[in-house]
Amino acid sequence: MVGQLTVNERKLAFLILILIAVVGLAMAITGADKLFVVHGLIIFLSALGTIFLVISGYFLPPPDIENAKHYYDDPTRAGIIIAMVWAVFAMFIGDWVAWLLAFPEMTFDAAWASFGRLRPVHTTGIIFGFGGNALIATSFHVVQRTSRARMPDNLSPWVVIFGYNLFCLLAVSGYFIGITQSKEYAEPEWYADIWLVIIWVTYFILYLRVLARRKEPHIYVANWYYMAFILVVAILHIVNNLAIPISLMHAKSYSAFSGVQDAMTQWWYGHNAVAFFLTAGFLGMLYYFLPKQAGRPIYSYRMSIVGFWGITFFYMWAGSHHLHYTALPTWVQTLGMTFSAMLLIPSWIAAGNALMTLNGAWHKVRDDATLRFMMVAAVFYGLSTFEGSFMAIRPVNALSHYTDWTIGHVHAGALGWVALITFGAIYALVPWLWKQKRMYSPKLVEVHFWLALSGTLIYVFSMWNSGIIQGLMWRTYNESGTLAYSFVQSMVEMHPYYIARAIGGLFFLIGAIVGCYNIWMTVRSARMLAGAPEFETPDLGIASAQEIKAGEQA
Amino acid sequence: MFNFHYRLERYSIRFAILVVIVASIGGFVEIAPLFTIDETVEPAPDMRVYTPLELAGRNIYIREGCYACHSQMIRSLRDEVERYGPYSLAAESQYDHPMLWGSKRTGPDLARVGGKYSDYWHVVHMNNPRDVVPESVMPSYRWLGRNELEPADFDLHLRAQQKVGVPYTDEMVANAINDLSGQANPDGKRAEGVLARYGEATNIRDFDGDPTKVTELDALIAYLQILGRLTEVAHQNPVMKKLEGPK
Repeated sequence: MVGQLTVNERKLAFLILILIAVVGLAMAITGADKLFVVHGLIIFLSALGTIFLVISGYFLPPPDIENAKHYYDDPTRAGIIIAMVWAVFAMFIGDWVAWLLAFPEMTFDAAWASFGRLRPVHTTGIIFGFGGNALIATSFHVVQRTSRARMPDNLSPWVVIFGYNLFCLLAVSGYFIGITQSKEYAEPEWYADIWLVIIWVTYFILYLRVLARRKEPHIYVANWYYMAFILVVAILHIVNNLAIPISLMHAKSYSAFSGVQDAMTQWWYGHNAVAFFLTAGFLGMLYYFLPKQAGRPIYSYRMSIVGFWGITFFYMWAGSHHLHYTALPTWVQTLGMTFSAMLLIPSWIAAGNALMTLNGAWHKVRDDATLRFMMVAAVFYGLSTFEGSFMAIRPVNALSHYTDWTIGHVHAGALGWVALITFGAIYALVPWLWKQKRMYSPKLVEVHFWLALSGTLIYVFSMWNSGIIQGLMWRTYNESGTLAYSFVQSMVEMHPYYIARAIGGLFFLIGAIVGCYNIWMTVRSARMLAGAPEFETPDLGIASAQEIKAGEQA
Repeated sequence: MFNFHYRLERYSIRFAILVVIVASIGGFVEIAPLFTIDETVEPAPDMRVYTPLELAGRNIYIREGCYACHSQMIRSLRDEVERYGPYSLAAESQYDHPMLWGSKRTGPDLARVGGKYSDYWHVVHMNNPRDVVPESVMPSYRWLGRNELEPADFDLHLRAQQKVGVPYTDEMVANAINDLSGQANPDGKRAEGVLARYGEATNIRDFDGDPTKVTELDALIAYLQILGRLTEVAHQNPVMKKLEGPK
C-alpha cells in the first residue's frame, strides 16, 4: 500500500498523520470531560497506528513509473473490505437490538449495552460504515472507468478512506460511552462533524480532479448521482449540525436551532440523508454496475436525465412529511406531502430505466445471482419509493407514523434496495479487481441471495403487521366512545412480530457473513495465484465507458 | 431540454453548481420562513426555562437515547389528545436545543408525563420497569441511581444555551452549579435561590429518595416531572377548550 505512494506523497502522508496525532493528543491532554479525553486518545492512536504503517513502507523503492498509466484500485479494494467489516458489525448490532425488544433483560445492567445507545450504533454503522464505505469505494472505481482517467495522485483517496473511517469510529464509539447530539442519523458531536466536513471537501475535490482529467467528453450518468450525493450531503450535514459547543474542551454542544425550526431542519436533513446518501449514491452504483453486469447499455438517456433532476429537485421538499399533524405549520406539511407524492414519478423513472435495461438479458438474471441482486434491488427501490409516497399522504401518515410500519418501510429500502445493490456491485467488482474469472464460489453467492431476500421479506412483512396493528389499536374506540386499548395492550401484541423480525434480520446477517467468507476466499485465491499469468479481463479496459453509455444520445 | 443537457454534462463545475441550486430551493422555501413568520410559534408569556437540574436530566435523556422509543409530540388527532392530553404547541419546545419530538413510539408519548406519576414510581420504574409495568420492554436503568451528577461545568452549559437564544439571565448562569444541587436538597440553603430564579412552582425535592447524594436519577426524574408543565399555553388553546367541552 505505502509502496504505491511516491516519495513526496509518503512525506506528506507522514506530515498529515503527525498533525492529526498532535490534535488528538491535545484533545486528550486539555479535555475537560472524560468522554472528550477518550475521543482524543482514539484520534491519537488511530493516527499513530497509521504512522507505523507509513514508516514500515517508507523506505521501499519508489513505485514503478508504469503505475501512473493504470487505474489506481488499491483504495477501492480496501474500501470494499472495510465496508464488509462494517456490514457484519452493524447488522449484528441491529439484530441484537431487535432481540432486545423481545427480551429486554439482555442489557446486563451495562449502560453501553442498552437499546438507546446501541440503536444509533446500528444505524450509523449501516448507513455510514457499510453504505458510506461502499459508496466511496465504488465511486473511485466508477469515476476512473467512465472518465478513462486515473486518480490524479495516490494519497488523496487514502486520506478520504482513512479520514472517513475515523469519523465513523468516533461516531460509533461515542454512542457506547454516551456522546450524542440526539439528531437522528446526525448523532456525532461537533468535532467529529467538523472533521467530516474536511474529509468531504477532500473527497469532492478529488472527484472533480478525476473528472477534469477525463478523456470522455461527457460525464456519465453514474457520476451525476455520485456528485449529487457528495454535494448535497455536504449541505445537509453542515446546516443540520450547526451547534455551539459548551467549550472547546468538552464533547457536548447545543444545537443552534430549537423546537419547530429544529424539527424541520432535522427532517429536511433526515429525509435527504435517505435521498442523497441512500438513494442518489446507490443509484450511481446501479447505473454503472447493472448495465455492466448485464452487458446492455442503459435503456434510456432521457429517462436518466428526467429521473436525476426530478430526484434532485423534489426530494428536498419532502422532509416535512415526517411532521404531519405536529406543531409544524400546516402549509409546510402540505408542501411536503405534495412533493412526496410527485417524487414517485422520477423514482419510478429511475427504477424503470434500470429494469428496462435488463431487456434482452433476463436469462442472465436467471443464471447469475450477482445480476439478480441488482435486479431485485431495483424492484425494491421501486416498491419502497411507492410505499414512501403513500405513507407521506397525511391521513395514511396518521396511522403509520410512530409505528413499526415506518421501521418496515425503512428496511424495505435499506435491506432490499441499498444492501442488495451493494452486494451485487461488490460481487461484480471483487473478481474484476482481484483479477479472477469469477467469485470463489458462485453457489455461495446464490446462498447469500436467497438468505438476504428471505430475511428482507420476513422482516418487512412482520413490521407491516405489527405497525398496522399498533396504529389501529391506538385509534380504536369502543361502543361507549372511549379508547378501546391501553398502550400496554398494543405493546403486548407486538411480541410475536418482534421475534419474527429478529429472525429475518438474523437471516440477513448470516447472508452477509457468507458473503464475507466468499470475498475472503476470492482474495486469497488471487494471492495464491500471484505471479501466475493474469486472467484477461477485457471488460475492464479503456473501452468500458463507451460501451455502457446510453444508446440514444442527441 | 435534452440538447441543453447534452452540453451541460460536458462541464463538471457547471453541473455541480446547478445541482446545488436545484437542491437548495426546497429547503430554502420551507425552512427560512419558519424563522420569520411570527405565527409559527405562538406566544407563551408564562413559560419558564429549564432549571440546571432539569437541563442535566434532559442531557441524560439524550445520552441514553430515550428519544428513540418515546416521542414528545402529541399530534392533533382525537385519539392522541384523549390518550396523552392537549396536542403539543410549537411554543412548548421553543427552548429545546435540540427538539426531542421523536419519530417512534415503542413506548408511550412523554410530552405531558410530568406530574402523571410520583417520583417514587419513576425510581422503581427506572430500576426495573417490569416491577411497575409487567409487560414493559424498556431496559432497566440501574446505573442512573448509582452515578453521581458531575456539576462542575454546568455554568458552561447555561452559557452555551444563552448563546443559542434561551433567555437565561447572567444571574442564572452564575449560580448554575449551586442551583443544580439546590433543587434536589429541599432542606438546604441553596433551595431558596432556585425558587427565586425559576419561580415558586419549581419542584424542589429529593427526587430519587437518596438524600446523601445528587445522582443522575435525580436529574432525569426532575426533567420527566416538568415535561408539559413549563407553560399552560396548550391547555388554554381555544381549539383544545372547544374539544374538551364545558367543565
